[in-house]
Amino acid sequence: MTTFDRSTAVVRSDRLYRRRKLLNQAVTGLMVLAVACAVVPLFLIVFYLVKQGVPGMSVHFFTQDPAAPGAPGGGVHNAIIGSAIMVGLGVVIGVPIAIGTGIFLAEFGQNRTGSIVRFTIEVMAGIPSITVGLFVYSIIVLRQHHFSGLAGSVSLAIILIPIVARITEEMLLLVPRSLREASYALGAPRWKTVLHIVLPTALPGIVTGIMLGLSRIAGEAAPLLFTSLGNEFYTSNVRSPMDSLPTRIYTYATGPYDSWHQQAWAMSLLLVAIILVISLAVRALFGSRVTVRQ
Amino acid sequence: MSDVQTGQEEEVARRERAASGRIGAPWASAVETSTPPEATPREVAISARDVSAWYGSKLAVSGITMDIAKHSVTALIGPSGCGKSTYIRCFNRMHEFAPNARVAGTIKVDGDDIYAPGVDPARVRQRIGMVFQKPNPFPTMSIAENVAAGLRFLGIRSKSEIADRVESSLKLAALWEEVKDDLKKPGIALSGGQQQRLCIARTIAVEPEVVLMDEPCSALDPVATLKIEDLMRGLAEHYTIVIVTHNMQQAARVSDQTAFLLMGDDGAGHLIEYRPTQEIFTNPLDKRTEDYITGRFG
Repeated sequence: MTTFDRSTAVVRSDRLYRRRKLLNQAVTGLMVLAVACAVVPLFLIVFYLVKQGVPGMSVHFFTQDPAAPGAPGGGVHNAIIGSAIMVGLGVVIGVPIAIGTGIFLAEFGQNRTGSIVRFTIEVMAGIPSITVGLFVYSIIVLRQHHFSGLAGSVSLAIILIPIVARITEEMLLLVPRSLREASYALGAPRWKTVLHIVLPTALPGIVTGIMLGLSRIAGEAAPLLFTSLGNEFYTSNVRSPMDSLPTRIYTYATGPYDSWHQQAWAMSLLLVAIILVISLAVRALFGSRVTVRQ
Repeated sequence: MSDVQTGQEEEVARRERAASGRIGAPWASAVETSTPPEATPREVAISARDVSAWYGSKLAVSGITMDIAKHSVTALIGPSGCGKSTYIRCFNRMHEFAPNARVAGTIKVDGDDIYAPGVDPARVRQRIGMVFQKPNPFPTMSIAENVAAGLRFLGIRSKSEIADRVESSLKLAALWEEVKDDLKKPGIALSGGQQQRLCIARTIAVEPEVVLMDEPCSALDPVATLKIEDLMRGLAEHYTIVIVTHNMQQAARVSDQTAFLLMGDDGAGHLIEYRPTQEIFTNPLDKRTEDYITGRFG
């Protein structure tokens, strides 16, 4: 076949094809750029954190309580334990309520009550965390006449609930209708279907949601300022004021001493590292099931 | 092979013993199952009288009356949108899951009105199992757990009983030989055809009286389809089977009775003709049935 035979339509489609190819390349390039814009700052942050944080990570950083202001040495043992206790307790208080709410919204929430609850959850998610702290201050701290780790946990739980509830609802709604039907067709009542079929199927997604919530509350300083207050000394008593990594980072980073600044960097790195390790561990536990499902 | 057969015979005997305790045995004696469907009037498994079904205000099934014979395969054929699936979903009260769904008329299963006040739909579904268009094994469960799922819902805890029933159901579903060494593998790791047989095993594990199959082969390749069809013939010895199919050859191959449904001017499904399969395919009484089975439309 010679070019002589080629109809104008073929020539036109050739031109169209080149145009599409060019456009395809241009859009691919733009997407690569967008990914770079998102990923590069993230890597920079991590890089900077490691660079600034690692020098502060000594043994006494983990094992000792804070030294007197300005004095060398000391560590943040009390803040690490305090954060672990308050975040752990926050998850224990918040997750059952959140999952219950999510189940209600997904399975029984297609009505007026559901809309109201859904709206409330959305509003809750939008409340600034410092406001949550003030709220808990007024209902718990003022009544008990003292700051406490428990009050801190409650405010963290309040922040956790809307995050986990919404993700739980979404994950439950993602479970295919065909699985519910299969369960109903076997004669399972609704609650058994939810408990034995829908929840286990959505579990990897819900666990991811819990991780997301945990990461969020582990880094919160504002709701702890007027609830757990902070404590220069180690305590595991949740009825007494308790220290936490974010509040200690806040104190040290804004303080006048270089040793404080170094420890603030180290604490920031530690916080990121802990969240990363927990995420990876959970992924290792549930990851296989997520991939099997696809 | 002989081992499998013995297993199946034992299973049948066991199930008949179990069934004799129930009010109205779910299947009749072996003598009756061996007689051809058109020779003698059979016992009725499902008696549906003037059944209509709505989605909201839209009528989908218009006053269909049918008797489904016990221990036989009844096929529902007809073009898309003629209400076949909606109709059989009334038999196990699955229709009511659709928003604003409504059913009128009476449906009796072995004499019990399943829409009578106070009847628990979950109990109805334990007696009338269903296999769906797309295989839908539970993704978080192993092969064995999938088959046992219905038993767990019934509250059966005994491990040995569950293991026995899993084995016998998988044998009846002609899947045992392929999976007996992989019972702990996830159910969704199987091929599409195997998954559908797994769903059939799961359905028959709870020993329903009737198995409804809603286009069970439409997502499968021809080889898997033939396997399921063979299986249906075998299952019909112990169960009443109602199958909805788009595929007329399939209806001709597997069913004893065939019902032809068609969408009327009102947009709802009507029953046009319901007769023994051989007759409906060789000598249809209604012009519309003839047009459909000769491929003039649909």
